[in-house]
Parts: sequence; structure tokens; C-alpha cells
Amino acid sequence: MSSKKTILNSIKANKSQNPIELPETNIPHMHYEDKNEKFATMLASVGGNAIWLEDGDINAFVKEHYKDVTVITSTIENLTCKTKEANLAQTPHELEDVELAIIEGEFGVAENGAVWVKNPKNKYRALYFLAKQLLIVVKKDAIVDTMHEAYERVRFDKDGYGLFISGPSKTADIEQSLVIGAHGPTAACVLFV
Amino acid sequence: MGHPELAEKFIANDERMHWHDKALWFVRAKRDNASKSVDEWEKLRKVASQIKAHTLDKLDYYLEEFEKNATAKGLHVHWAKDAKEHNEIVLRLLLNNGAKKLVKSKSMLTEECHLNPYLEEHGIEVVDTDLGERIVQLRKEPPSHIVLPAIHLKKEDVGTTFEEFLGTKKGNSDPTYLTRAARAHLREKFLGADAAMTGVNFGIAETGGVVVCTNEGNADLGASLPKLHIASMGIEKIIPRLKDLAVFTRLLARSATGQPITSYTSHFHAPIIDGQMHIIIVDNGRSAIIGSKDFKSSLQCIRCGACINTCPIYRRSGGYSYGYTIPGPIGSTLGASKDLRANKTLPFACSLCASCSNVCPVQINLHQQLYKHRQSVVAQKLLGFQKHTILKIATWVMKYPLLMDISGKLARAIVPKLPRSIVYSKVNLWGKKRELPPFPKNSFKELYKQRKGK
Ligand code: SF4
Repeated sequence: MSSKKTILNSIKANKSQNPIELPETNIPHMHYEDKNEKFATMLASVGGNAIWLEDGDINAFVKEHYKDVTVITSTIENLTCKTKEANLAQTPHELEDVELAIIEGEFGVAENGAVWVKNPKNKYRALYFLAKQLLIVVKKDAIVDTMHEAYERVRFDKDGYGLFISGPSKTADIEQSLVIGAHGPTAACVLFV
Repeated sequence: MGHPELAEKFIANDERMHWHDKALWFVRAKRDNASKSVDEWEKLRKVASQIKAHTLDKLDYYLEEFEKNATAKGLHVHWAKDAKEHNEIVLRLLLNNGAKKLVKSKSMLTEECHLNPYLEEHGIEVVDTDLGERIVQLRKEPPSHIVLPAIHLKKEDVGTTFEEFLGTKKGNSDPTYLTRAARAHLREKFLGADAAMTGVNFGIAETGGVVVCTNEGNADLGASLPKLHIASMGIEKIIPRLKDLAVFTRLLARSATGQPITSYTSHFHAPIIDGQMHIIIVDNGRSAIIGSKDFKSSLQCIRCGACINTCPIYRRSGGYSYGYTIPGPIGSTLGASKDLRANKTLPFACSLCASCSNVCPVQINLHQQLYKHRQSVVAQKLLGFQKHTILKIATWVMKYPLLMDISGKLARAIVPKLPRSIVYSKVNLWGKKRELPPFPKNSFKELYKQRKGK
């Protein structure tokens, strides 16, 4: 008998004959009067920061805030501040030198400062983790209250990869002291335009 | 060695023991704050528990759904009935792809299967990439906690370990400095790896994908560089729908470390370009637990570690005192379910305070399970001779009211006059590190009678 059969048979022999019902997940949940403020507070609490860009000029923003950064990639088209085309790399390993990755996020989640990222056009997901710093660009007002609303918007009908990013990478594995910048980016800024 | 003997080693260093206790209580306090920030917290726990219970009731169906949908998305699904088969599948996949260097993210399942030594015997270089796990791997120690693998170590310990293996400066034990050194060391390992392994936090039946949650980004980075990604998943990690993740992602990190969510929540539904992704579904004794009414719910566990952080026994005896892959209340019930004889002391590593059950985000009745396991230990005559005899005598005395009265009187008259060396002698198994309360003059029965007379 195959192991699959063995396992399934064992489950069938052991499981209850009266399964309990699958509950609804969309329970009444928190709503925030000022979603932007909540998002910014939560993101700050996990080591990131949120900025609302009034004029929408990403190039100017990058020029001003990332002065010493030279290797910049972007999944957003037509950004003049970009200096490296990530999708042209032969392997994801070639993205090791990226200092700033500007990526698109679909929406933010107020309760935890996370942003949903799923760029079908981005060839290498390693970009999100190899880059030294991350700048996630999200449309103004694209913020939901909680993960309940967030998962209403997440789809995986087809294959692919997507993730929630909440701030920079971090660890507290040495004596519970929080250190920002573990294996992934050491800084993460969410830019609302 | 059982829990009491192993714990004795840990508590021999009194200062360290109190430090450990405090470190974990700090995490527990953060969890309390995070849970209180969510108005619907209790409702969430209830729904989470129901989703998991439902899934276990129809697990065969959901596992097949998962396989069907994962396969349709181009992922490869394997089934392993036990640890041995799991390890063989991993090795075969590595060899078939000419992979010699493996980067691994945290997975208690691979610890349970003793995968690392097996692969190393077969010439594979295995690097644990979670910082805490890397620290203990370099020290040739197992993790002492499921979420905080190096919680038993002080920063000076880490400093000396890194000094030896990573060439950091002597005497420098600054956490930021050490973390940066590990980052540089592991970056090289990531870039040079031929294959990556991850655990699985959630397997989604509806979409056929898996979700992995990390703060460090190590699972995510590992699985996006080499062409081969292998994910090991216990059968109980399945959830029915994508939207169920709303409930679990709200609970997991808050319960674990008090964060609102982990830094990364990666949803894998495809390999990287030109790569392969394999998922190994592992039973290894789990399906048998489904058949036990009393212990089935232990399979609902989402491995947040909250029950461990809150446990007064764990905090004061450390992860190694359990002698089982998973320490703390959840490990004690799982271990006892798996092999009661080998883990017979674990159900007693519990004060029955029930704090674990109260913090558990999926409402597992942990303390009640441990109480049930104790009864099995006694029923199967696995209790030590000394305890067994003393309890037998106590039972006999308590059965006869007159005998009980006389014994009580005698004890109240004699015991306070006895020297400590006798009262706290070896026979008194309960007297270690515990003080008897002062003896009252009268028994409860006598006091009750007096009062009633008034
Ligand atoms: S038993 Fe509950 S509290 Fe303990 S690790 Fe599992 S989910 Fe967390």
C-alpha cells in the first residue's frame, strides 16, 4: 500500500463520525476611525515608517531621501531614479547588490502595518529579501481595517507568490533584544501616493 | 532521565533560572498586551478552534483537496508515513538534483524527524538559517523552545560561540554586532545553497499552496534563491480556505511574541522561475491521535509557543528538562500521546494552573489533557515505586474516617516537633524546594464542628 493510502486510511479509521461545522471567518471586527493613522502607528511599532506623498513624485522623493544609494531597482514602470533592471538579471543571485528596491504594494492593513505584495511582473521574488532597503508604493486610501478584509482581496486562483510585509526584517533571538535587519531589508518604508 | 532529574540540573544555577523565568514572562506580558488590543480576541480563538476541529474531522478530504490543487499549480506532493520515509524523500530529492548544500528555515517537524544528522551522514551540508537555530546548531545543541530556540542562552554565550565559529571580536556580545555578523555569514550560505527547506505554518486545501511566517525573512530568502524548495508539513497543518488565514494570522504572532503580525507572511503557490517546489505531507503518529477523544485537540496547535512562555514549570526548568522535541505543555501532551512510557514524567511537569489553556489561541485544553495522561500513567503502572506506595497508603487512610482523624491528630502533634532532617528526608518526594505550611492546632473537621455549634 502506498504511504498516501496508509495515512488516509488511518485518518478515516480514527476520525469522528460527526464532523463539526466549518464556521464563518468574517466575525464582527475592529474598525478604525483614522485608518491612516493606525497604519502608521502600527508600522512604526514594528520598525517601519509610512509617508503620504502629496505631489506623487516618487523620483523626487527618492532623490531627496536616499542620497547615497546608487543601486536602485523598481517594479514600477517609468521611474527615472532606477539604475538597475531587476528582470534582466540572469539569476536572482545577481540582485545581491541592490541597495533600494522600489516595489508595488496592493493595499495596507491598519491593524498590523502590513502591505500585501504580489507583483506578477516581477521575475525574482528574492528581490524583496536581498535588497538592503525597501520602498513599498501603495495607492492612497488603499488601506483596510483588519486581516478579514485583507483576505477578501487576496486571490490564488492561478499559481504565483505573494506576501504580507510588515516592516523590515528583524530578530530578537539574542537575549530578546530586538535587532532590525536580520536576513532581509534593514529598512522598510511604505509610500502612499 | 525524567523531567525532575533534568530540571534539577537547570535549577542548580539559581540566578540563571530566575533570569530565564523573567525572560519568558516578558514575552508572555507582550502577548497579553497584544491580545488585549483586539476586541474580538476571544471570538477569534473560538473560531480558530472550530476551524481546526472541523478540519481534523474531515482531514482525509482536505488533504486530498490540497494535493489536487497543489498539483494543478505545478507543485509536487509527497506522502511520508513516518520520520524515516520523510528523511529518505528529502535525501532523494536532493541527490536527484545534485544538491549538496541545503539552507533550512525553522521546522520543528524536521527536528522531530532528526533530519539534520541523517542528511549530514549522507554528505549534505545543512545550515539552519534562523538566527536562534544557527546559534544552537553551532553549539551542537537542540532548540530549547519552538519559537525562541536560543532563549536559554545569554548574549555572552552567543558571543563566545560566534567568536569561535564566525571570528567575531573577543568579548563583544552586543546583540546588534552579533546579529550583523550572523547576517553576513548566512548571506553567503544563502547565495551558495543548492536547495532550501522550510517548514509550513498553514497548508491551504482550497488553493493548494502553503504559508510560512517569519520575522527574519530567512525562509523567504532561502526559498527564492536555489532552484529546489522542499517544504515539510505535518498532516495537521491543513486549513480549508484561504480566508481562514485571516483568523490565524491575527492570532499567531500576537500569541507568540506580542507582535501584530510576523514581518513576512509568504504564500507559496509556485516555484521560482525554472525551479521546483516539493511539499512532503508527514504523519509520523499524528493520525493515531485523531482517534483519541481526549487528546485529538492537541493536533489543533499552531506552534505559537504561548503555552510554553506562560508555563511556571517551563520557565523554571528550561526546554531541555523535557527531553522531548517540543517542550512545555503542548510537548508534554503530544509526547505522552506518542509514547507514554518514554515520556511518563512529562504529564507531571505541570502545576495544573491552567494558564496554558487560557492563553492558547486555538483553545486546546492542555492542562486537562495532562491530568488525563497522569491517570494513564498510574493505570499503566508507570509511576515510580516510591510515589506509587505513598499514594496507595494515603488512599487507604483517606478511605477510613476514623483512621484519617487519628493520623491527622498524630501528624499535627508530632511533625512540628521533628527535626528538618527527618521531615524533609528523601522519603518526602514533595519536600524538595517546598516548605510545609505551619500546622494548625485543629483539623478542619474539628473547626467545622465548633463553628456549627455556635
Ligand atoms: S498548544 Fe496552543 S498555546 Fe501552545 S503552542 Fe500550540 S497553539 Fe500555541
